[in-house]
Amino acid sequence: MRLPCPICGERDHREFYYQGADVMLHRPDPDAGEAAWDDYLYLRANVPGDHHELWSHDAGCGAWLRVSRNTVTHEVTGAELATEVKR
Amino acid sequence: MRVDGKGLVDRTRPVSFTFDGNTYRGFSGDTLASALLANDIRLVARSFKYHRPRGILTAGSEEPNALVTIGRGPAADPNVRATVQEIYDGLEARSQNAWPSLRYDAMAVNDLAAPFLGAGFYYKTFMWPRAFWEKLYEPIIRRAAGLGALSGQKDADHYEKAYAFCDLLVIGAGPAGLMAAWVAAQSGADVILADEDSVMGGRLNAETLDVDGKPGTDWAAEMVATLEAMDNVRLMTRTTVTGAYDSGTFGALERVCHHRDMPKGGVKETFWRIAARRSVLAAGAVERHIAFENNDRPGIMGAGAVRAYLNRWGVAPGKAVTVFANNDDAHRTAVDMQAAGVHIAGVIDSREDAQPLGDYPIYAGAMVTGSQGRHGLESITFEAQSGTERLATDCLAVSGGWNPSVHLTCHMNGRPTWAPDIASFVPTPGSIPGMETAGACNGAFATADCLREGVDAATASIKALGMTVADVAMPEADATPYSVAPLWAVPGKGRAWLDFQNDVSVKDVKQAAVENFTSVEHMKRYTTQGMATDQGKNSNVTALALLADATGRGIPETGTTTFRPPYCPVALAALGAGSQGKGFAPERFTTSHAASVAANAPMIEAGQWYRPSYFPLEGETTWRQSCDREVGYVRNAVGVCDVSTLGKIDIQGPDAARLLDFVYTNMFSTLKEGRVRYGLMLREDGFVMDDGTTARLGPDHYVMTTTTAAAGQVMRHLEFVTQALRPEWDVRIVSVTEQWAQFAVAGPLARDLLNGILDTPIDDEAWPFMSCGPVSVQGVTGRLFRISFSGEHAYELAVPSRYGASLFELLLARAKAMAGGAYGMEALNVLRIEKGFITHSEIDGRVTASDLGMARMISAKKDCIGKTMAGRPGLVAEGRPQLVGLKPLGPVKQLTAGAHIYTPGEDAAPAHDQGYITSVGFSPTLGHFLGLGFVKDGVTRHGETLRMVDHLREIETEVELCNPVFFDPEGGRTRG
Repeated sequence: MRLPCPICGERDHREFYYQGADVMLHRPDPDAGEAAWDDYLYLRANVPGDHHELWSHDAGCGAWLRVSRNTVTHEVTGAELATEVKR
Repeated sequence: MRVDGKGLVDRTRPVSFTFDGNTYRGFSGDTLASALLANDIRLVARSFKYHRPRGILTAGSEEPNALVTIGRGPAADPNVRATVQEIYDGLEARSQNAWPSLRYDAMAVNDLAAPFLGAGFYYKTFMWPRAFWEKLYEPIIRRAAGLGALSGQKDADHYEKAYAFCDLLVIGAGPAGLMAAWVAAQSGADVILADEDSVMGGRLNAETLDVDGKPGTDWAAEMVATLEAMDNVRLMTRTTVTGAYDSGTFGALERVCHHRDMPKGGVKETFWRIAARRSVLAAGAVERHIAFENNDRPGIMGAGAVRAYLNRWGVAPGKAVTVFANNDDAHRTAVDMQAAGVHIAGVIDSREDAQPLGDYPIYAGAMVTGSQGRHGLESITFEAQSGTERLATDCLAVSGGWNPSVHLTCHMNGRPTWAPDIASFVPTPGSIPGMETAGACNGAFATADCLREGVDAATASIKALGMTVADVAMPEADATPYSVAPLWAVPGKGRAWLDFQNDVSVKDVKQAAVENFTSVEHMKRYTTQGMATDQGKNSNVTALALLADATGRGIPETGTTTFRPPYCPVALAALGAGSQGKGFAPERFTTSHAASVAANAPMIEAGQWYRPSYFPLEGETTWRQSCDREVGYVRNAVGVCDVSTLGKIDIQGPDAARLLDFVYTNMFSTLKEGRVRYGLMLREDGFVMDDGTTARLGPDHYVMTTTTAAAGQVMRHLEFVTQALRPEWDVRIVSVTEQWAQFAVAGPLARDLLNGILDTPIDDEAWPFMSCGPVSVQGVTGRLFRISFSGEHAYELAVPSRYGASLFELLLARAKAMAGGAYGMEALNVLRIEKGFITHSEIDGRVTASDLGMARMISAKKDCIGKTMAGRPGLVAEGRPQLVGLKPLGPVKQLTAGAHIYTPGEDAAPAHDQGYITSVGFSPTLGHFLGLGFVKDGVTRHGETLRMVDHLREIETEVELCNPVFFDPEGGRTRG
């Protein structure tokens, strides 16, 4: 699998560290309650199909990316810098 | 036997090789298979299960029978297909799975017991007693059945991995592949053309068909030469594309040095990863057999293979050749053989309307029903319209039709489509994103169709790449249509073989159906059909057609088993190239590395770093002597230790303080410039991630240290926080671990030592405990931190790395002059255990701040990563294991890390587990072993006597729980 790093270009997936669903981008407030924190840290939808997930380009530029990938076909349809997504 | 005037072998270059100790001659360009056939060697192997005599069946990588061992000693390669192995002078080949010899194999008695050894025999028979399976049955079965054996010695050969990139990868260099590569190359694309053969051209080299008005083999050679001369084309021969993976990534195995003597330092195989924007599969087709009684005798071969041996290698595999087929294509074997002067005993065609292509006896509507000959074919029996007949023949060329090599199109979950006109499966379009298929692998068998499909596939690929397709002339070629009438198995009572490599017969497949293993995947596993190293390339389609028949279903409904990579066997050594021993693992050396090695310090790995364990002095016989002495340096005089491996992260920007407040549990925004603070970092789930000190060098400038082990993890974490959680903060981070060489100078004389080398001496007032700042060392600007990991009056002095080696030398000379010296990891560990300082032995991912007795370090005044979850009931509840010190009591004075703690009188079993020991060391300062560990509610249990049991090392002792700070609990020495 190859991931299109917006900074480095298309690279082999072994240059990246996989984090998981992009849920991690949306950290709840400290007092958001148990359910919100449980959702944030542990509960994940196991969706067959389009999925947004976080990868870190560890062996490259060090950027955190939000990658769009189809979990059924493994087709990677895009990648954005996490910094941009949050703006 | 060799046929004059035929083949591509170089008759001016004879080659001598051995098979089972006998010397034979062949020619350059021969495979082991063609050379053995040229020497009239037909028996080359014994089958896996029944030890039946076997010969060469095919002329390609699909060969199930002719597996041999090449070479000897550590370089021996078992299970090499003789059909792929090229011969060279001195090649040594041996047969396998036979004892005492290939001709007289004792285990051939298995064949007589065959009525009992059918599908499921082992499952049904060796059930009881249960314990016998592992100890008795399995070893016996394994010894009797098998392939070649590994040498058991370390593989001395070199393997490599490599990477390639291209616009278009063309897999297979037959007529379709060559045309596809030609169109793409002319269009300006970067092309890789890979073929598993040593010579490109595919079936063109095995046939006598013309292309563009010249012999196909000449056309192919000219095309290859043209492509080779182009800068945008890379030709890869002896390279099998083994798998298709995500995003246009392909695996490919190049056999670099199997075809000649290994030069010194040569590479045996290279495993390639090819990233291709588009691909064309032109993998050809594999001829299938027809099942009839004793259809596995040496001398019975594929009709296409017989033709290949004649046309490509100039070898006739027999003197009187018979053809048995259900299609027109096989008739070419008779025509070519006759043209070369080989006697054709007859062509037996199961189709009643079969017409001869030449002047040979034809038996239309007839079927071969049996074969005779002990170690090789002598005659066949066949049923013709006139009745049963017997025909003397030493080579039977069989063709049940051709199966397109659809394998790679199925590697990403694709399923092939049944094509009734060719009675086989063809690729389902779109199975691999970006892949086009062309030629025989697509079910197009006529040469003209292959050429055209090659052009079409390349055209589609080039267009998809957004390039302009070059116009190329379409060469003229044979367009004879392929005609086949399905014939899977000849009816009969005897054993008719499907999977030659695993000895699976028609009867086995039927038996599977009877026992309700009707799913093709179940049948496969029950009978082992297609599960050998050849993956059933020439038998799977036949087997599932027979299963369909036995279950009353159609073939499309029955479906195929799953095709998985690799297409051909790949040695683990090739896949793991660069990973043997240390392989490509990075080695990080500190600036004091050379000096440590010169001082005979054993170096131990710490992550990727190498650090000295201890520095032995003459006369010291154990590491403990050195360690105890080095601990003494620090407690009594001064010790020097390289601590450069700790992660150093430079943090700058107006929001630097906010970042630190957010990632550490305690406050850093309140830290004054020129001061250092110990910080604790949590993961978001509330468990401890790492600890370390962070110094404030300026209003917007901090430098953080992490533990050696967690440096990468912490860096990634900080990147995540700054990029993904708080991108609006104005702060930048960068790892400076490699840029600074940093040395701990610890002990009562630490300041005296430093004052001897600093350009401006320091005192306690200007440099109190936990202060930091720039200093000048012999004219070099460095950084000084008054911090201590030993509990002594200590400093860490950092200089740019290029001065590290000389600074270490300087510090060491000074320390020695003051009755001190260097200390290594062992002493460092003892010193920190004496003080109850934690490392990642304690921070193992399961402990909380509260477990470490650091609950108060979580600031109430602010939010931080992990704070919310650290407050979860389960993380603060009573009964959690808490950090304690442990001292041994009783006669056994030893503690061991990893041992568990139990209450005396209770069973030392998990149900009664009270905790565990994480770190131990012998303290020369206190004169006994010390341990750190975690015990249930340990903080309130100081003074209790418990039981330590190390089940692994069988050590047991009583232990007393105590404060984890064993030495100088008031900390007077650190501040003094």
